[in-house]
Amino acid sequence: MSFEVPKKLETEINRTIKHYPEKRSASLMLLHALQDHFGYVSKDAMEWIAQKLDLQPINVYELVTFYPMFRQEPAGKHVIKVCRTLSCALGGAKELHGHVCKKIGVDPKAHGLQTAKNGQFSVEFVECLASCGTAPVMMCDDDFYEGVSLEKADEILEANK
Amino acid sequence: MPEEYRLILKHADAPKYSNDIECYMKHGGYKALTKALKLKGKRVEGKGVIPPQEWIREEVKASGLRGRGGAGFSCGLKWSFVDRRSGKPIYLICNADESEPGTFKDRQIIYKDPHQLIEGMIISAYANDVNLAYIYIRGEFVEGAKILNKALDEARKKKFLGKDILGSGFNLEIHVHRGAGAYICGEETGLIESLEGKRAYPRIKPPYFPAILGLYMCPTIVNNVETLCAVKHIVADGSEAFAKLGTPNNTGTRIVSLSGHVKNPGYYEIEVGKATIGELIFNENFGGGLREGRELKAIIPGGSSAKVFKAGETFKMKGKDKKGNPIDKEVDLLDLPYDFDSLMAAGSMSGSGAIIVMDDSTDIVDALSNVSEFYAHESCGQCTPCREGSLWMSKALHRMTHGEGRKEDADYLLNIAQNIQGRTICAFGEACSWPVLSFVKKFKPEFEARGAEDEQRKAEEVSD
Ligand SMILES: Cc1cc2nc3c(=O)[nH]c(=O)nc-3n(C[C@H](O)[C@H](O)[C@H](O)COP(=O)(O)O)c2cc1C
Ligand code: SF4
Ligand code: FES
Repeated sequence: MSFEVPKKLETEINRTIKHYPEKRSASLMLLHALQDHFGYVSKDAMEWIAQKLDLQPINVYELVTFYPMFRQEPAGKHVIKVCRTLSCALGGAKELHGHVCKKIGVDPKAHGLQTAKNGQFSVEFVECLASCGTAPVMMCDDDFYEGVSLEKADEILEANK
Repeated sequence: MPEEYRLILKHADAPKYSNDIECYMKHGGYKALTKALKLKGKRVEGKGVIPPQEWIREEVKASGLRGRGGAGFSCGLKWSFVDRRSGKPIYLICNADESEPGTFKDRQIIYKDPHQLIEGMIISAYANDVNLAYIYIRGEFVEGAKILNKALDEARKKKFLGKDILGSGFNLEIHVHRGAGAYICGEETGLIESLEGKRAYPRIKPPYFPAILGLYMCPTIVNNVETLCAVKHIVADGSEAFAKLGTPNNTGTRIVSLSGHVKNPGYYEIEVGKATIGELIFNENFGGGLREGRELKAIIPGGSSAKVFKAGETFKMKGKDKKGNPIDKEVDLLDLPYDFDSLMAAGSMSGSGAIIVMDDSTDIVDALSNVSEFYAHESCGQCTPCREGSLWMSKALHRMTHGEGRKEDADYLLNIAQNIQGRTICAFGEACSWPVLSFVKKFKPEFEARGAEDEQRKAEEVSD
């Protein structure tokens, strides 16, 4: 199957590029747009962006490997990010992360994004999410959840099943 | 009893207050902008008549406003460095990366009162002859970016943005640019590289001072969200009214992010220096104290990069007696006024305004290990001392928290940290070494004991 960006999305992308005096500036925004649409940034997506912005593919690839939010592999249907940094750690982040990992059946010790076998959820232990006053904190896709008890985590997982 | 003083967060949490433009305008929103755009030239002694833009810049300088992003540098002075003669466009960037661990104040403004930020930005842009501005927002604030885009659309419809704003002849466009999870994008030159579509590798200063060679090598102003909101209030109420808030050289209000082991963590807006660290932690109007039966162990006073304070520390400070004569006085940690200068005099900083409290249940080696892991993960990798050093420190601490400590680890950590600070391109070098230096120096017996215990246990295991 060849790589195709829907017309509507491309129109939106063309508009975004115009926000900048130099096209290259739109790189991160385009990576977000394509990852949001396809679920990850494929090699084809990177080449498409490079062409769109008159860049070499390496100029886009080096961004994907630098910025933690971009991934080169598909993730589960829902992506969970649990904050691991100090304020959340003081508030029980490790227990929360361990609990979520156990629930969906991935190894809490493994580094990086871990995806459950059934593809429903991926989990990642991430750095401070700027919500430290309501530790521990996690995100499910684009939504923030604050003061997440283990019970609350179960509810969030249940609601996104 | 010290209380909150809400200037920037005046409306944010009021019942029924919403983030749409109608609500903002009902509460007096965009009046400061209208006022700014109508200003005429002013006669200033020694300078003759100066244009209104310069007048606003003078007001910001006179207000004493210091940057709320981390360094606490005078906003007016920073604006005065902008190269206005180059003939190149001048850019304004709002730093909404909010990534210093412990900090969660900018998000309150963005999510609950985005128009206040936008109004502050339009005024700041007008004052600095900027026609194109960006809000660089951290990637995880997906909802925040949506809220800002909606607010910008609303402002465009009302002619607060676009061409010939309110018939003044001034043009401005503001766009939202999303980051993608890298802490170093908060550093202003890293942010600029990132906005140019590159890896966020901080630039070396000199020569790349943003005020001269910033975005696209043009003069650029980078200001924090809260700083830009303060500008709106300075123009609305005048520099004198702003400077009356807070304390001398530490004017205005500041939103303090309080987290960790307190009963009521949260964000509290105070007049700068009008509450002490002790009050912020223990007073009922703020943190409300520690959990039952717990004692204070340590405080990180300005985001995780700030040097830690140990409970019970005292500081020799310069003060004045009743007659105004200079004297040396001893100040207890809890009696330190929460302002820029006092914290600096006590050897740390108020940084991003984030206080992280640790009680006596905290394993201090664990805590430092957590912080060091953050920096090891976030170093951009350009400078060897930072890239390698942050990793070595984190690895040593990981060992120590996993039963593999050594007696000499404490000194090993200090040695590495000392060899990072001052030897790097950007202030991340300090940010990653200061926690290690301060934690290990102030809690050395705990670090040494950890290593000694592990060595002894291993020796016994071998001899068994
Ligand atoms: C490693 C590092 C991270 C930083 N992160 C942030 C941040 O997340 N938000 C911010 O406003 N400033 C951050 N800063 C400070 C900025 O470089 C810059 O000083 C600030 O945005 C200037 O705005 P202000 O003068 O209004 O404070 C950071 C600095 C360093 C060295
Ligand atoms: S000090 Fe660290 S973060 Fe800053 S430029 Fe050097 S390697 Fe990058
Ligand atoms: S430490 Fe978890 S949100 Fe900041």
